[in-house]
Amino acid sequence: MTTSYQTQLPAGSHWSFVMRSGSALTLTDVAGGANVGMLFYNPENLLERYNAPDTLKCQHTFRLTAGHCLYSDMGRIFCGIEADSFGWHESVCGTLNAQQTAALFGSSDYQQARNQRHQNGYDSFLVELAKYGLGKRDMAACINFFAQVRADDNGTLQREQQGAQGAEVRLRFAMDTLVLLHTCPHPLTPGGDYPRAPLGLQIDAQRAPLPEICLQRAENQRGLRNNALYQLQGEL
Amino acid sequence: MIKESLLNPAEAHVQQQIGAGDYWLHRIEKGQTLRITDLEGNQAADTLFFNADDTAERYSMSDTLRGQHNVFLTAGSVLRSNDDRPMLTIVADTCGRHDTLGGACATESNTVRYDLEKRHMHACRDSWMLAVAEHPEYGLTRRDITHNINFFMNVPVTHEGGLTFADGISAPGKYVELVAQMNILVLISNCPQLNNPCNGYNPTPILVSVW
Ligand SMILES: [Zn+2]
Repeated sequence: MTTSYQTQLPAGSHWSFVMRSGSALTLTDVAGGANVGMLFYNPENLLERYNAPDTLKCQHTFRLTAGHCLYSDMGRIFCGIEADSFGWHESVCGTLNAQQTAALFGSSDYQQARNQRHQNGYDSFLVELAKYGLGKRDMAACINFFAQVRADDNGTLQREQQGAQGAEVRLRFAMDTLVLLHTCPHPLTPGGDYPRAPLGLQIDAQRAPLPEICLQRAENQRGLRNNALYQLQGEL
Repeated sequence: MIKESLLNPAEAHVQQQIGAGDYWLHRIEKGQTLRITDLEGNQAADTLFFNADDTAERYSMSDTLRGQHNVFLTAGSVLRSNDDRPMLTIVADTCGRHDTLGGACATESNTVRYDLEKRHMHACRDSWMLAVAEHPEYGLTRRDITHNINFFMNVPVTHEGGLTFADGISAPGKYVELVAQMNILVLISNCPQLNNPCNGYNPTPILVSVW
């Protein structure tokens, strides 16, 4: 039986996978400068999905890093960030659509450039959502991994860093989770050349519980209790 | 940014008080002006906007923040849709700052934030669920309930990346006024939150006016 899987996604691509409770997903910024937009859904009830505001306010944080949990809109934990060598991922800037991407990097479609086209995160999410019967109405604010975005006292947003060569983040899943992701540019990317940093992806199936680092906050202990209550319902 | 309105309340077509814990679902036409008034101070009006002619298009926190490169909403802010189109513009604001990061209270997130046994307490998301259930004519469902605006709430971000729920900067009579750039469905939950010190544990009514 396969217990692990490793691959590399080029920039401007998309992917989805159901992660089982206890398994781990490791993202690696192979060359430096990667961006990963990610959304989560409950595969047993696709109406339950990642909620960025709940995630941020439950942990009184604007940045996401090791020790933080990523919450559904039902008060449950999809996964915890078990390890993170980058230190700052953001969850409010969303994803660029085709027009915004063309405005920043120029338009380049499949007919012109084949798979080097300037693919956008919005269409990437739509493609993956459609595979599960979901659509535009189901798209929420995503996480953008490897994007450090700060707000100053006046609330002005500034993207300070995008990725770092070799940076790694590992997610440990606390319930079965449908993961959708794209490797398209971050919304606050300055214009110019379309970013081409690839993403390393590793899935480890061996089961481990949510690590201690994710359970230091009382809020996350309560979130995990909500997961346990959900498990009590048994298999649907 | 503090900017006062020139509109006369006596000339409004609609003037309706919404009690704490109630919702208001109403259609306004392109070009109309909506004012929300915080009657007693430090109340939160948790608000969603939809394109009334195609509800799959709705207010988007991300597109709005990206569009203005700022986390706060105030006079001059353009509220953008998930299709990155302008939906409404804030044209007057005597409060000065409104939040769109904090989301709405929900029975489920209350169990995480406060206590597992707070599940029975009334929350904004339940008001929205009742609104979509009582008004099937608009075609809204749970799928359409996404990230909202919290008018009159102050949620600053620290340099280190913390999120704080600061004391209210609103006061009795403060208001925010918006002009619709398309036909809009407005869905407000006047927040019933009894666990957050921001409102002094005393949810109070708001007034909505339409010109
Ligand atoms: Zn509320």
